[in-house]
Amino acid sequence: MDALFAVLQGLPLTVVLTASSFAIGLVGAVPVALGLNSHNVVLRMSCRLVVDLIRGVPIIVWLFLLKFGIHIGTFKFNPINAAIIGLGVVSIAYLAEIYRGGLQTVPRGQFEAADALGLPNRASLVGVIAPQAFRIVSPSIATYLVGLFKDSSIASTIIVAELVFQSQSFARQHPTGEGILPYIIVGALYIVLSLPVAYASRRLDSRMRKAVFA
Amino acid sequence: MSWFTDWAAYLPQMLVGLRMSLYIAFVSVVLGYPLGLVLGLTVNSKNFAARAISLAIVEIGRGAPALVILYIFYYGLPKFGISMEAVTAACVGLVWNAAAYASEIMRAGFQSVDRGQLEASNALGLSRRDTFVRIIMPQGIRSAIPGLMGLAIQMFQGTSLAFAITVPELMKAADEIGGRNFNYLETFMLAGLCYAAITLPATWITVFFEKRMKRAYA
Repeated sequence: MDALFAVLQGLPLTVVLTASSFAIGLVGAVPVALGLNSHNVVLRMSCRLVVDLIRGVPIIVWLFLLKFGIHIGTFKFNPINAAIIGLGVVSIAYLAEIYRGGLQTVPRGQFEAADALGLPNRASLVGVIAPQAFRIVSPSIATYLVGLFKDSSIASTIIVAELVFQSQSFARQHPTGEGILPYIIVGALYIVLSLPVAYASRRLDSRMRKAVFA
Repeated sequence: MSWFTDWAAYLPQMLVGLRMSLYIAFVSVVLGYPLGLVLGLTVNSKNFAARAISLAIVEIGRGAPALVILYIFYYGLPKFGISMEAVTAACVGLVWNAAAYASEIMRAGFQSVDRGQLEASNALGLSRRDTFVRIIMPQGIRSAIPGLMGLAIQMFQGTSLAFAITVPELMKAADEIGGRNFNYLETFMLAGLCYAAITLPATWITVFFEKRMKRAYA
């Protein structure tokens, strides 16, 4: 029981890390996804390179880079900010890729119909294309959120006191046989806490399907 | 550019670390994928025990963060007298991780094979085993290939977590160099570029394969 309570102390920070970086990703990915679908070759290629580069470097490298590498005058990131920004930037890249895939599945006819109706570019994107694309990508976004929740554990390597960090410090204080307990608890917690997200996503998906086909 | 001369000086040590990273990734793919294939089959087994065990292996391997699995093997198990070297622990943990994800990708691949193929081989009187080995598996694996390539890239990136259990891989090399010159920005950037030098071309190859396979079916 002690182990469980010790580990649970890290839960608020894990939730904060996951929620803030997810929020950064959801918003920040919009312009990047538009860039990935742009007609301008230079813009499209540079967005592609940046997205591939961010996704191609492990998260732990980004976190160490922000935490230990950034040193401007007296300014340094504290661990939590470094983790939020690092995970947020990585989320932008992954979610932009998801959005782009969604935008491409919307049939061309929808763009053309919106044009024919004289909708301005912005209205056709926000009112016509985005809702259809979102319906397609919402399961992928939920899968990514679960992945991000697990990846937030990497923040423990730059001393953010989240779930894994707490379990590790409890294990250090109890170097006997029960020292394995916090690790097993924290693993089980991640699995159990992922379930509501998966459930909510399935509910949302089936509701949106009904809205279209019923 | 003094950065480039610095980087050139660090590169030999980085490459030693990179070799370790590649080695762990190689082990986790070579052992993890066949294990994933077995798990993908036993998850649907009629035997309850086999089904329950393989489902537990897959769900834990996918649901728990890889970092936690590594900690269990490296810091947790020694308390029960099962201690292993850091590299072994990293390999075992990541093999588990790879197998769990690979089993899901392969299962999806097998399920994507057209039902008519199954019916046709039943009509031809092929045994269950021949149906799977000769008809379903070749086609299913084919459509799982891009996913498995993507997973291999993820596994290579995942080896960076072995840094947290003191494996002397690429991140560890960068951390050691940074500890000597205190120029962490420079060294971690080089580490990132080393990872990207592998993952970027690998990603492009994967995308190329994906596009080709789409064309082949269309």
